[in-house]
Amino acid sequence: MPGESLTRPSTLLIACGALAREVKHLLDVNGWSHMTLTCLPADLHNTPQQIPGAMRRKIRASRDRYDRIVALYGDCGTGGLLDDVLRDEGVERIPGPHCYQFYMGTDDFTRLAEAEPGTFFLTDYLVRHFDRLIIKGLGLDRFPQLRDDYFGHYVQLVYLAQTEDPELDKAAQAAAERLGLIYARRLTGYGELETFMAEAGHGDNAVQPVPAMRLSR
Amino acid sequence: MSEEDDLDLSSLNDEELVQQMHDDLYDGLKEEIEEGVNILLERGWQPYDVLTKALVEGMRIVGIDFRDGILFVPEVLMAANAMKGGMAILRPLLAETGAPKMGKMVIGTVKGDIHDIGKNLVSMMMEGAGFEVVDIGINNAVEDYLAALEEHQPDILGMSALLTTTMPYMKVVIEALKEKGIRSDYVVLVGGAPLNEAFGEAVGADAYCRDAAVAVETAKSFMSRRQGSALAGLQAAGD
Ligand code: B12
Repeated sequence: MPGESLTRPSTLLIACGALAREVKHLLDVNGWSHMTLTCLPADLHNTPQQIPGAMRRKIRASRDRYDRIVALYGDCGTGGLLDDVLRDEGVERIPGPHCYQFYMGTDDFTRLAEAEPGTFFLTDYLVRHFDRLIIKGLGLDRFPQLRDDYFGHYVQLVYLAQTEDPELDKAAQAAAERLGLIYARRLTGYGELETFMAEAGHGDNAVQPVPAMRLSR
Repeated sequence: MSEEDDLDLSSLNDEELVQQMHDDLYDGLKEEIEEGVNILLERGWQPYDVLTKALVEGMRIVGIDFRDGILFVPEVLMAANAMKGGMAILRPLLAETGAPKMGKMVIGTVKGDIHDIGKNLVSMMMEGAGFEVVDIGINNAVEDYLAALEEHQPDILGMSALLTTTMPYMKVVIEALKEKGIRSDYVVLVGGAPLNEAFGEAVGADAYCRDAAVAVETAKSFMSRRQGSALAGLQAAGD
């Protein structure tokens, strides 16, 4: 909404690097110019124990320059420690355990995960970086024989697509083949990431100081 | 590298060979480990000594370097697979030679979770420490745990979870044990990367274990306490 920008609080979004492209896209198309994006390295994904500390440092380094700070992060395997830090620092986080769930929506995700626990998910980001993050990340380039140790219990690969992109679709299909899994694709769009960002961007609570935001979990 | 590849293991003395096996385990060389195990057995080593001195000790070193961020998951998996090769040779011999029995454990990953690398490692190290381990695999519902406890009558129940969404299920299992009045029949150990001590306490486990080495130590200490109190019970009955 034009004209609104004067009342909108300056907001810093601290996101996982795996969401950078998507968040930036949403900021651009929605004209949310009062929100600034900064990221923690996506590689922290594989060492979740380092996420809470990195988040705290980022918050403290940026606090003075923004009206509010919001975290675009899953719990990401920190076992609640990320939320402890955020509670301490008075920063709200998008609800959910990981990005697969907030792209797909909690109910849909839970249903699918329960129906077939042997599901491995990819997102646009993971399809783009499949070789680096999955193949190299799990050492399958060096030790291809480990494939079944990792994926022996998996049945299907579900590509949760944020965008319509035939190239990514093809790449995801190739990834499924490489892992020996049945392939399926679901167009999720940006799911709860978009709705959460829209709410976070509202000017309504501009007067409230940072710690006043209620934690949703 | 090529020099090492051609190394004739049988030309090494016992001490050198064990040292070499630690290195080979570290490098995930399954065939070399199997060969080393066979050579030590031919030299008259007790299967239990081969297990503890060559394999378990080697894997202990791998565990330390994994904890310290020097080794990563694929290296640990390769090492574990190499050790598995050695264990497959030793297992029947251990049964024959009556190696020490520490106790029995049922272990499985909880419902909705099919991560099993950590659980498998714990199983292997527990077996290496002389525990009989019944691994009930992944994605276990309450009924699966209950059925396994009933069938195998273990001393210890181990549960693993790697997902924030599945770890609360441990509480569901422990509550079911309480409801059936059998909670105190078992030592319940829990583990998995996202867990911590406070969580273990909150769900009512006996202990949370950070890694396989801690799991073994914890299990041993609970077993000696249990045996202690069983003995005390017997004495009291005899008095
Ligand atoms: C390897 C891995 C996988 C492999 C699993 C292969 C396999 N066969 O297990 C693959 C790639 C297939 C995979 C899949 C998924 N994964 Co995964 N995975 C990991 C990763 C990188 C390492 C886990 C691991 O094996 N570590 C090595 C072992 C040796 O360590 P460990 O498990 O911690 O076990 C040790 C201790 O914890 C302890 N221990 C463990 N269990 C027990 C039990 C007892 C009784 C005791 C005493 C001790 C004990 O001792 C062990 C040995 O020292 C973690 C990130 C991380 N660093 O933790 C993510 C991680 C756990 N995965 C995650 C996710 C989200 C998934 C997927 C949903 C991803 C997807 N794209 O679909 C699926 C899950 C599907 C399902 N239903 O389970 C998230 C969880 C996030 C969250 N909020 O919970 C993590 C944290 C990554 C992340 N940051 O997003 N994953």
